[in-house]
Order: sequence, then structure tokens, then C-alpha cells
Amino acid sequence: MGRIRTLKDLDLAAKKGLETLFPKKTKIMVGTATSGIAAGALEVYEELKRECEKRKLDIHLSKTGSMGMDSLEPLVEVIEPGKPRLAYGKVTKDKVSPLIDQVVSGSIDGLKPAYRIDDEDDLIRQEKITYGKKIEAKLKGIPKINELPFYKKQLRIALRNCGTIDPENIYEYIARGGYYSLYRALSSMTPEQIIDEVTISGLRGRGGGGFPTGRKWLSCRKAHGDIKYVICNGDEGDPGAYMDRSLMEGDPHSIIEGMVIGAFAIGAHEGFIYVRNEYPLAVANLQKAVEQARELGLLGDDIFKSGFSFDIKIVRGAGAFVCGESTALMTSIEGKAGEPRAKYIHTVEQGIWNRPSNLNNVETWANVPVIIARGGKWFANIGAKNSTGTKVFSLVGKINNVGLVEVPMGITLKEIIYDIGGGIPEGKSFKAVQTGGPSGGCIPADLIDLPVDFDSLWEAGSMMGSGGMIVMDDRTCMVDIARYFFDFLVSESCGKCVPCREGVYQMYEILHDICHGRGKKGDIELLESMGKSIADGSLCALGGSAPNPVLSTIRYFRKEYEAHINKKKCPAGVCRALIKYSILADKCTGCGVCAKRCPVECISGERKKVHIIDQGKCIKCGTCKEVCKFDAIIVE
Amino acid sequence: MVNLTIDGRHIQAEEGSTLLSAARANGIEIPTLCHHEALMPTGSCRMCVVEVSKGGRTRIVTSCIYLAEEGLQVNTKSQRVQEVRKLVLQLLMARCPESEVVREVAKEMGVNPEPRFKTSKDKGKCILCRLCVKACESIVGVSAIGLSGRGQTKKVGGPFMEAPQACIGCGSCVYICPTGHIVMEDDGKGHREIWGKTFNMAQCRTCGRYFAPLEQLSFISKATKVPLESLMVCTSCR
Ligand SMILES: Cc1cc2nc3c(=O)[nH]c(=O)nc-3n(C[C@H](O)[C@H](O)[C@H](O)COP(=O)(O)O)c2cc1C
Ligand code: SF4
Repeated sequence: MGRIRTLKDLDLAAKKGLETLFPKKTKIMVGTATSGIAAGALEVYEELKRECEKRKLDIHLSKTGSMGMDSLEPLVEVIEPGKPRLAYGKVTKDKVSPLIDQVVSGSIDGLKPAYRIDDEDDLIRQEKITYGKKIEAKLKGIPKINELPFYKKQLRIALRNCGTIDPENIYEYIARGGYYSLYRALSSMTPEQIIDEVTISGLRGRGGGGFPTGRKWLSCRKAHGDIKYVICNGDEGDPGAYMDRSLMEGDPHSIIEGMVIGAFAIGAHEGFIYVRNEYPLAVANLQKAVEQARELGLLGDDIFKSGFSFDIKIVRGAGAFVCGESTALMTSIEGKAGEPRAKYIHTVEQGIWNRPSNLNNVETWANVPVIIARGGKWFANIGAKNSTGTKVFSLVGKINNVGLVEVPMGITLKEIIYDIGGGIPEGKSFKAVQTGGPSGGCIPADLIDLPVDFDSLWEAGSMMGSGGMIVMDDRTCMVDIARYFFDFLVSESCGKCVPCREGVYQMYEILHDICHGRGKKGDIELLESMGKSIADGSLCALGGSAPNPVLSTIRYFRKEYEAHINKKKCPAGVCRALIKYSILADKCTGCGVCAKRCPVECISGERKKVHIIDQGKCIKCGTCKEVCKFDAIIVE
Repeated sequence: MVNLTIDGRHIQAEEGSTLLSAARANGIEIPTLCHHEALMPTGSCRMCVVEVSKGGRTRIVTSCIYLAEEGLQVNTKSQRVQEVRKLVLQLLMARCPESEVVREVAKEMGVNPEPRFKTSKDKGKCILCRLCVKACESIVGVSAIGLSGRGQTKKVGGPFMEAPQACIGCGSCVYICPTGHIVMEDDGKGHREIWGKTFNMAQCRTCGRYFAPLEQLSFISKATKVPLESLMVCTSCR
């Protein structure tokens, strides 16, 4: 196919996309995002290919992005004309052959699908896709996707195509209404109308700060200068966060389309996507997507015959957390060391090479085509009042359903953790959740009814951040958690300014002392006052928000700090220097399992007699407590 | 001209001047460690922070970078400001226990070391103000030294922390270093050592004194197109 220049061309491309998106033959799709690959999805894909060749089966094999539920990886979907999409979870290599048997015979008696998709809403084309009802009778007991607790409360706007299209195939993106918003923007809207629509939508930046996107675009449009830039921030440096990675891997064109629309609105002709080098698949898929868009004339000169030209360069970052900060990112794009600078002159006025530069997060950009297709009002009706739309979160830590979820803002923490996340594993109780990564804070169990929106999280001493959500159970020590985040921040502080470089390090040392029984009276107050001054005195927002993990844990878990310092006890039983394992005489049956499993052989006792732990030798690894079937081992 | 108040005093400042220079021009002292008139400010030491308010919004800004603004109210000595400066000095005393300069500034401001802080042993007197790096880059024009590493491992030195090839031995970094961290040794016998590199010194044709590294003179000669021969006289004999 040649360049796409008219609506007719676009329709033709969409038609071509439909041929592989919903082929007239059986299609098998493997989720090969990083989360799938980690579970072995690529081997499964290769095995499927071999098996189909061996049996000479005419099956369309395809890769796709992530559906979000990590525990089901590798996820394989079988799509047959006239039948619901059937998703099989945990399809390891050895299950490929039985799965193919099943596909060939039409039975589903062996491997049970985890869920089925009978129909779905195509957000952009605004049509319901119905997959057909054949074999309805056989599907009894197999839940529909929107009946699964994990998906029930989700609304996938940014992730609309992840897990449905082949990210390496631009035609499938177009078949889902992709690039139609761009066509609309370039052919029938003025830049001002586009900015208005984004402003009406209430869209706020998904990269952490929550700055209103429409306002940012308008400032950049108004800024003086012939050459302007738009940039996509794909640095995503928070530990435990992988929302942006999944989007870049699973639906790169949604980001590119958003950027072209934004560039037109702002008046920019060059764009950059800044991705960390540790995301090789994201880099590869973006690269491919940019090339395909260029080939079809959706990037480059005179897009859709509008006279508007725009192109995108992909810049790989070295994976420093601080390079996600806007000024450091721009300095890094200039080819210099990624150090922040004071932002008294905004980057929308003086960014890359001192030219007006508009930076938005990956997810922010991916929302744009939907806003143009459905209108700002439609978007503003989703979510909460001052936090419209949805937010993607990566739900990790002590939670049953680890994964990527997209929910309307305003949903409560409780709904995310218990309904979607399925609660805390092993019957433990929920203690706190860390949002906003190292710049955010811990929110305690009492606040579980808190609505998740920019302002409520901020008031609770945390922040939205880019969407990492780390769930902690009652076996988590909050001082230890603060120490963990500070360990990260000590090595990620760029070192330019004193309060952050030296202050974060000294706070870490104090936390380390507290965890090791060397806490001193006055430490809590010292941490609090240091935290305030570091936040006040740091040059950039890394230092400005660095104290949050400590300040929020002191705010909500002060008693835990006090126990460490005053009583030299770790109430959660985590800090090794402060805990002691011992055996309860009345519960010990003398089975000897603990003695056998102890790695340092510090447990002794005769068979069927009470055993004891040699405290001098014990390394407090906790193995004995884990293996004792009689709950005879306690930790204090 | 813009009108603003600093510490309650009405002040007129030239458009485009920083809060720091506006304050200093009016005899209001703001402490700094990484500032130098001749170099672009970077705002890294954070000693010069001040509290500004306008339209009901109060925040802490860096006076060496922040530009004077009509109607701005500046407080150079508020509690918050003092707390930041105190912390900065305590942190620098812990980083560079040997630095007399830091200790003196702290003493002047009545700041004592924080006994809870861990003191470093391997940082010498370097407070990472980066004046040396900026001087080498923008005054000398050779960019022989730079910063590498992050956080606690950040360091000044030549590329890859080896002796910097581009260094001409002029010693500008030594003269500008506020703490005396950078060591330059002249052995009096025609050799100078700095940044792990040894230079042969030129002898003044008139008085015979070793007065400048040959590399520096040839750098100047190249830059100014003055023949090297004419540069072989020291400044006192010229
Ligand atoms: C230390 C630090 C790290 C950041 N990392 C990221 C990041 O990885 N991704 C991101 O989009 N924004 C990050 N931000 C926020 C950006 O500076 C910027 O606000 C954002 O990219 C703007 O896009 P938005 O308005 O669409 O949110 C970071 C900020 C700080 C201070
Ligand atoms: S606050 Fe931290 S990351 Fe930001 S400039 Fe200062 S040292 Fe660098």
C-alpha cells in the first residue's frame, strides 16, 4: 500500500487491518509483552508456529500486547470466526500441542479457557464488536471477561488496543479507528479547537504532576519561537512501575498519533520519544511503528495533504530515574549529562536548545486520539471531578492479582485492592499501599476508602505519580520500606545540589541505623525537620519529593519508628537485628524439620523432644518458622 | 526597572537581574558557596535560597537564578530559609570535615555540626560547587575537567577520572576553588603538577623565573595568534 492521503486511503488501510485482526480463519494470539516474555511467551509462540507447520494447519498466528493479568501469562487467545474469543492462561510450551488438538477438534474439555470475550466496545469507532455465539452450550461455566473481578471495574481507554492488536502491524491499529482522529484533527479542526477539546476533557498529565494538558499545550503554542518540539516521556524509572512500558510495547501507534495531533495543535514539526534503554522491546516496537507511520505518510511531510509536517526521533536514555524529570530529560536529549535545572523559565518556553518544548507522559499522549474521537465532554464525564478519565496502575506487592489495571479515577483504593486485586494473599491483612513510587508516600489501611484521584492522594501525603501501586501486608516493616526507597534515592540523586545529594544520604544512614537497632532518641524529629528542609531546598522535584516516603510513614506509623528506636523492636518482625526466633515448648512436637532445614544448623533437640535455637548462631532467615507445621516458632 | 521589596525594603532592580544581585547591590547580604560573578549560576549549593511571595503564594526559590520581578516580596531570612541554610552547612560539614571555609561560614551563621550525621573521609574539601568545571569551560575554554557519577559518587576530574589530556596547567580551577580542595604543586625546578598531570614550566627570558606551563603559553599563542616567542616573558617583567 502507498501513502495514506485521504479518508478513502485510510478506510482501505482499515480494511486491510481487519483481514488480520479478525481473519476468516482461526487465529491464535500470544501476549508477548515483557510480562508475557518473562513467563515464556516467545517459546510458546515458536512452538505454536512449529506445531501449525508440522500439522499443516492454516492458522493465523499473531503477537499482541498485555491484557494486564500477570498471573495468567503466558496468555494465548484463540479466535475463531463466529465464536467468542477464548483466552487460555498459563499456556506453557508443553501445553501447546494439547491446545492445538483442542482447536482442531473443536472441544474445550481438556484445557479450560480462563475467560471468554463475547463482545467488546470499540471506543473510537463507537461500535460493538460481537464475536458470535457458536459453541455457546459448551462454554457454560467459563466466565465472560467482564464478569471477572479483575476486569469488572476496569475501563481500558489508554490500553484500548493492548492485548487486541498486533503492535507491529499499523493496519490493525488503523482497523481499530487509529489515525482517524489525526485525520479529523488535520482536516477539520484548527489548532485552537484541538486545544479547547483537550482542555474541556480535563485531561491532566499522567507522568506524576497532574498538570492540565490543555493548559500546557496552550502555553507552548503561545510561546515565541519558530521551532518548537513535542516530547514523549517514556523514562518510567519508578521501581515496580511498568504502565508506560506496556503501552509502548502493546500500542505504540496510539502514542505516535497523540503526538502528531499535539504537535499540530502546538505548532511543532519535530518530536522526540525518550525511552529508557532497559526497555528493548518498547524501543523496537516504537522504532518499527515510527517507520511504518513514515512509510504510510502519517509522519513526514504534508500529512493527509494538510500541509502540516512532523516527524519523530526515538532517543534512548541510560535509565536514570532523574532523567524522567522534565529538564534533565531535555538536557539528556541535547546530548549532555541528564541533570535538572531550575524551572523558573518554563520548558514550554525554553526547553530543548532553549526552544519551546512540550513534554507529556506516554499515557497522556495515548489518551489524546480518544479525546479527539469522542470529544472532550465525553472524556470529562469519566472519572472524578478534577481528575477526569482513567489511570493505568501497575498493581504489585502483596496482592493476589498482580498486574496492570486501568480504572476510572475516583475509584477507591479498596476497590482496586480487594475487588480488582483480589485482596492480600495467604490470609494476611492489608497494611498500607505505596503510590507514586519513591516520590510518593505510604497510605495506611485506615484510608482504604480514599478515592484515587490527584488531589486526594496529595492530601494524604502521597501522590499519583506515574501509577505504581505497591501493596503491603502486615509483615511489612514501614521503617524498612522507607529505608528501601531511600536506598534507591541515594543512588538516583543526580548529585547536583547539596540538600538532595547529601541530605537524602544522611537520612538513609539514619534509617539504616534505626533498622539495625542503632536508632537514637530524637531521630524521628531530626528526620522530620531534614525532610522539610530537603523538600524546600532542593533544586528539582526529585529532591523536592524525596522525603515523602519517610514523612508519610512517620505520619501514619510513628509508633513503629518509636518501637525500633526506644524498645529496639521491629513490630512487623522484619528488621533482622531487632528480632528473635524462638520455639514454643508447648507447641513443639520435636519433629525435627526445622533443625534439618536450618541453613546454619543452629537448632538442636532430640527427636520428639522440644527443640531450641542457638541465638548466637541464628541468622534470622525465618526458614524454621516457614517450615514448622505446628506454628511452634515465633518471632519477637 | 522593576520594583520589589526585599526584607521589607523597597528596591528597584534592573530588568533581568537576579534577586541575588539586586539584594547585594542594595547591601543586603545573602550567603553563597557556588556563586561567582564571572560565571553562569547553577544553583547547586542552595545557600542563596530565599522565600518569595506574590499573589498569596509563598515559595522557596534560588536567588542566584531567579529574576527580579515586579511586585515580588522577598524574605532573605525567614525561618524556612534559615532552616535550609543550616541543613546545607551541616551536610557540607559532614561531607568535608576538613574544610575550614565551610566551618567558618557555619560558625559565622551560628550553625553547629549535626552529631548524628556520618562524616565522609574520602571527599577531601570538595563541596561540588562546580566553579572549577565552569571556569575551565567558559573562562579558559578547554573543558579539561568535568563531573562524572551521580549522587554520592559524583566527582570532579578528567574524562574517565584519568589525567585530563586537554588540561593546560593554568591553575584557574585552583584559584577559583572556594575551599582549597584542588592541589597544584610547583617544584620550583620547572615542573608543575595538577590533576595527576605534570607540566614543564617556561622560564622567563628576563628574570629566569619559572612562570607558566609551556602548554598554557602555546594554548594562548594559538588562541591569540601572538607568537610563542613573545609570550616567554613573565608578567612582572613585561
Ligand atoms: C525525579 C522525577 C522522575 C520523573 N519520572 C518521570 C517518568 O518516568 N515518566 C514521566 O512521564 N514523568 C516523569 N516525571 C514527571 C516529568 O517531570 C513531567 O512532569 C511529565 O513527564 C510531564 O508529562 P505529563 O504532564 O503528561 O504528566 C518525573 C519527575 C521527577 C521529578
Ligand atoms: S534535587 Fe537531587 S536530583 Fe534534583 S538537582 Fe538536586 S541533586 Fe539532582
